[in-house]
Amino acid sequence: MSAFAPTSPRTNGSFLRRNAIWFVALGVALLLPQVTRSGIGIAVLNQMFIMVIFSLSYNMLLGQGGMLSFGHAVYFGLGGYFTIHLMEMAGDGAFFMPLPLVPLAGGIAGLLFGLIFGSFSTNRAGTVFAMISLGIGEMIAASSLIFTKFSGGEEGITSDRTELTPFFGAKFGSDLEVYYLIAAWMMLSIWLMYRLSRTPVGRMANAVRDNPERAEFVGYSQKQVRFLSFMGAGFFAGIAGGLFALNYEIVTEETVNLVTSGTVLLQAYIGGVGFFAGPIVGAIVYTLLQTLLSNYTEIWALYVGLVFVATVMYAPAGLTGLIMMHVPIYRAGKLGSLALPYLRIGAPVLSCAIGVIGLLEMLQFLSVRSVGEASHELFWVTVNVEQPVAWIIFAALAVGGFVITRRMAPAVVAAWNAASQHAYARRGP
Amino acid sequence: MTDAIELIDLHKSFGPTAVIRGVNLSIAQGERHAIIGPNGAGKSTLYNLITAKYVPSAGRIRLRGQDIAGRKPYEINRMGLARSFQVTNIFPRMSVFENVRCGMFWAMGYRHSFWQNVDKLEDVTQRSLQILNDIGMGARADIPAGVLSYAEQRALEIGITIAGGADVILLDEPTAGMNRSETEQTVELVRRITENKTLVMVEHDMSVVFGVADRISVLVYGEVIASGPPEEIRGNSAVREAYLGEEVN
Repeated sequence: MSAFAPTSPRTNGSFLRRNAIWFVALGVALLLPQVTRSGIGIAVLNQMFIMVIFSLSYNMLLGQGGMLSFGHAVYFGLGGYFTIHLMEMAGDGAFFMPLPLVPLAGGIAGLLFGLIFGSFSTNRAGTVFAMISLGIGEMIAASSLIFTKFSGGEEGITSDRTELTPFFGAKFGSDLEVYYLIAAWMMLSIWLMYRLSRTPVGRMANAVRDNPERAEFVGYSQKQVRFLSFMGAGFFAGIAGGLFALNYEIVTEETVNLVTSGTVLLQAYIGGVGFFAGPIVGAIVYTLLQTLLSNYTEIWALYVGLVFVATVMYAPAGLTGLIMMHVPIYRAGKLGSLALPYLRIGAPVLSCAIGVIGLLEMLQFLSVRSVGEASHELFWVTVNVEQPVAWIIFAALAVGGFVITRRMAPAVVAAWNAASQHAYARRGP
Repeated sequence: MTDAIELIDLHKSFGPTAVIRGVNLSIAQGERHAIIGPNGAGKSTLYNLITAKYVPSAGRIRLRGQDIAGRKPYEINRMGLARSFQVTNIFPRMSVFENVRCGMFWAMGYRHSFWQNVDKLEDVTQRSLQILNDIGMGARADIPAGVLSYAEQRALEIGITIAGGADVILLDEPTAGMNRSETEQTVELVRRITENKTLVMVEHDMSVVFGVADRISVLVYGEVIASGPPEEIRGNSAVREAYLGEEVN
């Protein structure tokens, strides 16, 4: 199966029907704060929405344009720095600037740096592009610790958003007010990026990704097409960076460094780079893992890494790909036939996961425990890390689960094939 | 009238090996011209020179009077020359419809537009569907191009090649690897779509060449040893010796 869904050439239906997904998204964005209510919930949502924009902008490179970037945080972070400086200046009364517009400064900064760095890095995709992006990422991260007048060094630059001119009475003192601002920018950015993907240049970005040589022989310079995508990606990454600055009121070296560049790659990939919505799913899942999982375990990043490796190995089309695999089957009413096989393989997968988590948590406990402390709360039971019993049980769960999963996988794949063939036959040629 | 393509004393060497050794050839507008030759004669090299993949060592290549040596592929395409590839060269992860559509954006003036909705470009949609019909793939429009059969992919390639409406079309062995009925269909397709256009075709399959071409040039060891209408080439003794003797009898 191809990891990339064919894009439907022609749209049908009424305006309402065609745009239903946008109205639903808007409704959800408006209602979410009522559901979460808690301050932490709002903070998580703010972070999530910023990451949605950032991941989507990254996918303009990777998924849409076939450019694997290891330095996309450059445009995010620089957008953040320029925004926070602008906030400082506007807050000091240097000029009039309502807060809702300041992320645009980040966008313009991202666009300009995209113009500069894209001008020489987009000649080729592939390894050359990846290496240059890594180099630029390292260079900007290093610079942010050198030119401390601009970047504030390790402490970063801080600002106070409430010092800006109120916007129709809103001073954006509360997280909730900021939430609506971020949500509005997110909806606008998603819509714009989607529209961009449906323009001649957006389509040609896919064409250049698939086959640069052919694209040249339908009249397009591969470099020009990549360059345009690159600037667009820089612009929206800058918007995300600007929202970051506005939300946290601080921008540090962390926003431009390679860790952040890696995070955005992870998000886009876990969500699925072959689908427009993939990075959105990725950003949501990643933010939830990061914020919820970190309540329970110190080593959440390790689990995210494991999820990433598992995605690359077993579901290269990402979470969205897994969902999309089942859409035709659902339409054919055959989803039920998969319930039993999935349940059956779910048990050993769960067992394997519990085993691996148990082992990792005990290992981590060994390195952080105080002297003489031997028992540790794990999965609602107390285990003794100095006795071999727990180690043996978890190892058995992990290895046994893995072996049984491998054994049962062919049957599940066969069940999926049968169901999807049925779905395809019903749709007919 | 200026010739569609003019090759003047063209040379190409790879290191010490001279592959094209002084080719002179004029192809008139509206002519269907085939270049044949035994393996290793330099057909593909000549093709790649005309399409600017290679830079000539010496000599000139003119497209409607304009020198094209050293230009970029996209520039040559914008000058009205479209080519196919010997190895199937499509956009595999995009739908068949999208493949054809991408072939015409530039030629139809949409260029670097990032503000127009492609689904609302009626002229593009209509022309794409028209071309899909012409190449007999109307029913396959929504399928990812990468899952098409080999012959279908070759047909799609030709569809992309003609999508931009270029009036000089170069085809590199359009029937390579096809069975008899697929070959017949492709010959018919090529004949239909190149009406009133200049066609330059590099081909190995004799039946294809004699069925389509107005004129044939025979390339042997980097030189054109004969050029003329099919009957003349068929009767040429030097050609028979160099090439046809082993293939047609």
